[in-house]
Amino acid sequence: MEQHHHISPEISVTAHHDPSTKRIWKTFWLLLFITLIELFLGLSMYWFPHMADWLHIAVKGIIIILSLAKAFYIVSIFMHLGDEIRNMIMTIVVPLMLFVWFIGAFLWDGHSWKELRNDYDPYKKEEPTRKAEPKHEDAQKPGHLK
Amino acid sequence: MAQTVPVERKWWSGGKSPFNLEYGKLMMWYFLMSDAFTFGAFLISYGTIRFSSNNWPNPNEVFQAFPFFEGVSLPLAFVSLMTFILIMSSVTMVLAVHEGHLMNKRGVVKWLAWTIVGGIAFLGCQAWEWTHLYHHGAWWGLNPFPNADGSVSTTNFSNFFFTITGFHGFHVFSGVIINIIMLIMAWNGDFDRRGHYLMIEKAGLYWHFVDLVWVFVFLCFYLI
Repeated sequence: MEQHHHISPEISVTAHHDPSTKRIWKTFWLLLFITLIELFLGLSMYWFPHMADWLHIAVKGIIIILSLAKAFYIVSIFMHLGDEIRNMIMTIVVPLMLFVWFIGAFLWDGHSWKELRNDYDPYKKEEPTRKAEPKHEDAQKPGHLK
Repeated sequence: MAQTVPVERKWWSGGKSPFNLEYGKLMMWYFLMSDAFTFGAFLISYGTIRFSSNNWPNPNEVFQAFPFFEGVSLPLAFVSLMTFILIMSSVTMVLAVHEGHLMNKRGVVKWLAWTIVGGIAFLGCQAWEWTHLYHHGAWWGLNPFPNADGSVSTTNFSNFFFTITGFHGFHVFSGVIINIIMLIMAWNGDFDRRGHYLMIEKAGLYWHFVDLVWVFVFLCFYLI
């Protein structure tokens, strides 16, 4: 950042623009690399269907962390939020902190709902035992488009 | 990088831009923040329903078709292509913004055009995927896919899938329209006359946000 005195009295700092696109392409390769790892992990759950439960949750956890990393790079580099003034960044990021509570509270609630219904709703309880019929070609076509 | 505000603007009518940022760009950020909450609400309600279900369809079973490869099982291949297209169009958008900083009209026009191509390609892929699922009996209120453990599934899966990818697709569509308007304005030299390409930055923020949301749609529906 360089001091600039004559643009406007309101603006005390002007950004210095890097004429090279190296940073952009570096971020692109990074995003692509993370996506490929995510894809590999997602497919691994398909290739190994008898994966232990803890491993299954661990793989999903890693994929979520990798997605958050992707989100960070998109927002910080591509959207240039990382180059803005700190207080401005905070006005965006602090309200988004509500998501921590939203996600925790709602998923907790969903889980509790499942447990309650499995305990008290006999229909729900036997749900996993109702097997779907094998797939056949002339499956039900949706919609009544006439 | 933050582009400074042009001289002739009335600084928020208060005499000062507290964040060294143009008003319109700051408001775009706040709009995107509110939009993040909208998408967040959709995805969290999806998560809540999924957590309240005893079982759920396996995305690797549902999403395994690829155009021109009828009957071949290619799990997640097509959605990976869609993800790649969207990341690529995000790069071309950031390059357009970059050329805007350098006041290079030709560069802005070139990269914006590629961004529009990427957006249309993504929409085409989504249209194909929706059509494919529709022909397999999936739609709002209809879910032909059994749960991962083979038990009967509810229609929750299709309802959330079509609602959320549809809402995202609508954002992509409006992003393409905005980018086309930006392309015409840049082509006409409107931004050169103004002396800055701030509008490209604002359109770019919207476009990157669409890519950002896709990261989480991809995560929630296809990967986990």
